[in-house]
Amino acid sequence: MAKIRGAIVVDVERCKGCSLCVVACPSSVIALAKEVNGKGYNYAYMVNPDACTGCVNCAIVCPDTVISVYKVKADAVA
Amino acid sequence: MDVKDIIKEENLVYSKSKVLTDTIMHYCPGCTHGVVHKVIAEVIEELGIQDKTIGVSPVGCAVFAYNYLDIDWQEAAHGRAPALATAINRLYPDKYVFTYQGDGDLASIGTAEIIHACNRGENIVVIFINNGIYGMTGGQMAPTTLIDMPTSTTPYGRKVDLNGYPLKITDLVAQLPGTCFVTRHSAHTPAAVRKLKKAVTKAFQNTRRKKGVSFIEVVSTCNSGWKLSPVESNNWMVEHMFPYYPLGDMKDE
Repeated sequence: MAKIRGAIVVDVERCKGCSLCVVACPSSVIALAKEVNGKGYNYAYMVNPDACTGCVNCAIVCPDTVISVYKVKADAVA
Repeated sequence: MDVKDIIKEENLVYSKSKVLTDTIMHYCPGCTHGVVHKVIAEVIEELGIQDKTIGVSPVGCAVFAYNYLDIDWQEAAHGRAPALATAINRLYPDKYVFTYQGDGDLASIGTAEIIHACNRGENIVVIFINNGIYGMTGGQMAPTTLIDMPTSTTPYGRKVDLNGYPLKITDLVAQLPGTCFVTRHSAHTPAAVRKLKKAVTKAFQNTRRKKGVSFIEVVSTCNSGWKLSPVESNNWMVEHMFPYYPLGDMKDE
């Protein structure tokens, strides 16, 4: 297991499903959901949460700033 | 470790800047405007100048920029943002004044205003979004449209004999003695956004040095106007826009 673990929280109703975060993620953590939000967009979600390192790349390229990133050292909490 | 253990207040490393309002942006999915708005908001928050910053919003897609950043704004007539920013800066020399303009606003109808504001050396920041098309009105040809690039008014591509050459306005203003910092950036990758943020920070700090205009061009996408997906637009931009509009500093004094 990676020493640094991260997680993202997507504001689902604000996400427009542009998928720029999907290509920006170096660990292939993010994908677009099959379900849609209230506006009909396939929103982003963590398809592979174990691989997230909290590098913030997805949040930086998100045009609508819907992603919050959390990061923790795994051995500090485990 | 469970995701629930990671998502706690003390582990938060990135969230929406407080300078950005909660209004949902009207931009198309994947539009570069959103990224640039976010970068400006973060810079204003980090410099602690939220109550001292006055923006001038343009006519174009970014016309509603005043709804998205929680600072003082004024809305200019089409292309006249640098003239309005001149007035604001001279009346309030202790404020940080910036204009936010697209290529239809700055490089077309507002060419006279930007050239003369840059030549006078006003202490303002100019953020110039160049996506090579008139996005708001339906994807017509702009002065910055590339040769052979299809738009709704040049469906077979822009032709030099009929439409002339794409205008490199940033190279033009770099020649003027009134500018102190002229640079071209993009916002398509995390690294590019980080570089852009450094440039915007420097531009706002430059207004305190009273050396003249800081001009930042952001080569951008218009996926609706280009009729591509957001990711394909970014790839198209790297392939076609960057050779004609190369990134980098043109002037840094």
